[in-house]
Amino acid sequence: MLAYIVRRLFYAIPILIGVNLLTFLLFFVVNSPDDIARMQIGVKRATPEAIERWKVERGYDKPLFFNAGAKGVQHLTDTIFFDKSLRMFAFDFGSADDGRDIGREIRDRMGPSLAIALPTFVLGLAAAIFFSLLLVFFRATYLDTWGVIACVVMMSISGMFYIIGGQWLVSKLWALVPISGYAPGLDAARFLVLPVLISVVAGMGASARWYRSIFLEEISRDYVRTARAKGLSELRVLFRHVLKNAMIPILTGVVVVIPMLFMGSLLVESFFAVPGLGSYTIDAIRAQDFAVVRSMVFIGSVLYIAGLILTDISYTLVDPRVRLG
Amino acid sequence: MDFQPVLLWTDLLLFVLLAAALLSAFHARRSPPLREAWRKVGRRPSGIVAAVILLAFVVVGLLDSLHYRPQLPPAENGQGEKAYSAEVLSVLDGLLAGLRLRTEKTYSAPFAATLYQKETVELPEGGQARMYPRLVHGAAHLEDPPSQAAGDIAHRALPAAGGAALAVLAAFLLITARVARARRGGFVSAAADVLRGRAVLAWRAALLTFAGLACVCALAVALAPYYHVLGTDKVGQDVLYLALKSVRTALVIGTITTLVMLPFAIALGIAAGYLGGWVDDVVQYIYTVLSAVPSVLLIAASVLMMQVVIDTHPDWFATAAERSDARLLALCVILGITSWTGLCRLLRGETLKLRELDYVQAARAFGVGTPAILRRHILPNVMHIVLITLVMDFSGLVLAEAVLSYVGVGVDPTTISFGTMINMARAELAREPMVWWSLSAAFVFMFLLVLAANLFADVVRDAFDPRRG
Repeated sequence: MLAYIVRRLFYAIPILIGVNLLTFLLFFVVNSPDDIARMQIGVKRATPEAIERWKVERGYDKPLFFNAGAKGVQHLTDTIFFDKSLRMFAFDFGSADDGRDIGREIRDRMGPSLAIALPTFVLGLAAAIFFSLLLVFFRATYLDTWGVIACVVMMSISGMFYIIGGQWLVSKLWALVPISGYAPGLDAARFLVLPVLISVVAGMGASARWYRSIFLEEISRDYVRTARAKGLSELRVLFRHVLKNAMIPILTGVVVVIPMLFMGSLLVESFFAVPGLGSYTIDAIRAQDFAVVRSMVFIGSVLYIAGLILTDISYTLVDPRVRLG
Repeated sequence: MDFQPVLLWTDLLLFVLLAAALLSAFHARRSPPLREAWRKVGRRPSGIVAAVILLAFVVVGLLDSLHYRPQLPPAENGQGEKAYSAEVLSVLDGLLAGLRLRTEKTYSAPFAATLYQKETVELPEGGQARMYPRLVHGAAHLEDPPSQAAGDIAHRALPAAGGAALAVLAAFLLITARVARARRGGFVSAAADVLRGRAVLAWRAALLTFAGLACVCALAVALAPYYHVLGTDKVGQDVLYLALKSVRTALVIGTITTLVMLPFAIALGIAAGYLGGWVDDVVQYIYTVLSAVPSVLLIAASVLMMQVVIDTHPDWFATAAERSDARLLALCVILGITSWTGLCRLLRGETLKLRELDYVQAARAFGVGTPAILRRHILPNVMHIVLITLVMDFSGLVLAEAVLSYVGVGVDPTTISFGTMINMARAELAREPMVWWSLSAAFVFMFLLVLAANLFADVVRDAFDPRRG
């Protein structure tokens, strides 16, 4: 098991290098730092001196790959590629355009992001599985048909509608919770209820329908017939046998997103003014702060790979037949 | 009036797609298994209802894809060359010229006769007053809107309903004639079967949907010249016009995105699955790297970079429409790059399965070359996956456009789309009383399009996926 994890971690390295090269290509080769400086300063005010100053302030005034003017190892280390791309492997992200340290900012903002994403994930999963098992229990009845139609309707509604509608109904019309904002500590609860609730409802349609199709596939298997023949009640068959055996396909889609919960949700955090990583990313994109976007791309891919490894490990937990070696 | 046709890149691709769809429809007519699969789609009421609604959206989108530049009025002295307007219009713009040009000053509610806010108005007899100013165009033909509006609307709606009823009757007669001819039976029995929903295809559902659409369209046609049926937005543009214009953007994003990456996904997926070895390793590496980056971030990074490229080369584009079209196309390509990996993975898996099947083995044993095997035996047998992915991805992409435009990495702000509509309207929710109409219009249009696409995708998947009987 341990050997397997170590090997998987080694497999992750070439992928991270690929991601790193891709971002480097996007941010420094497609457009030269001069182009970006010109756009950031504004085309009208972009004198050569201003561009040069902008580049020096942000450390973009170096050659891309090879610094002929430096000595020894600095041939390679005193370059944009080393400074801006390779350093990320040590989780050293440098500073954002407003001068703040990106690494520190990310650590500070993970908490609020998780405070929304984690309850959303757990509640969403539980609600969707419960609802889909209910549909499976009433399969081939009108309840099932209309349940599926409801799922399709729910997944056809834009996520932004859920947020705007929810804010309007719950916060403005009923005035139950604040419309947006965030507070640290236990006080956060009243700010978190609405975003979590909305995210759960918004994700319900698609996931419930997906779980239903997984359960329906399982329910036509022989072991289910055997269980029924033994005289088990339908509820017991569903919860004890079908749910357990459906875990493998469910885990494939679910575990991979667990590490990504750290990244937060762009839309929800932005609409509810939660100081998490999602709103950080949106603000960076809007302000065209490339250093932050680059760091988030890198962190996102690290978390995705972690999710893939976790998925493999979770298989061994639910299916004794799977042995990682 | 003279005009100069303009062919934007996305227009070209949309028409290529249309041609491809017509060609494959022609092909499907002659291939019994494909015909049977499509007939399955037609038998399901939800499939045919979705198809009718989608068709309506497609017609609007295609009308909006025939672009031209109208000729400017000749100069005063009658000399000089023909000059064309810098503004690129579409046939839809031409048809909706009334809606497009009758702008108000700012917000007004649906069917309103006055602006949404009070303004200080100079009275004709001198002095000033705070009042709701009358709209320039909306309900301008009425003397006293509050008392007359309801009667006027009813007066105009009745003939419209009559027109819609006529259209539905015509459609019913056409369908019945077709059913009767197909079964070489009597007209009356065919009509009875269509009405009872007993015809081979779900014609009754199609007819009901058409009736609903016809009513809504007839009402809009009858009332839109006199009222702002869905209100006006911040700069006084008619919301109905904006919503109709958004349809094309949504269709472009939903279809072109999959289309532009289709050749790569098919070629790489099949090559990886069939050839194996290092080709497989390389392809798997590429799509793992691409899917490792969270898609929103990859899209955002690419769009930001693309914006820099477009901003630094203003000389590439003759008109503003061409520039925003280039942005739209670039957005499609970027979305495509991030979303082709799923299709590629599916195709690779399916090809892995197919290459071990007897008929492929036999072809190989006969000495058929690899390209010929791929073309003759593999490609036709994975096309159902391509079709299913195309229709399944559509709705997700339409929804994604709105989110991306909100984040600021969507279409050009001058391009009318559901995303830009929502983005503009969102800021106004805090107003009292609330400006709800443009937001609702965008959401309702988008919901109808996405719901129809989802229903259609489900039915298509059920009909074409061999694992779902």
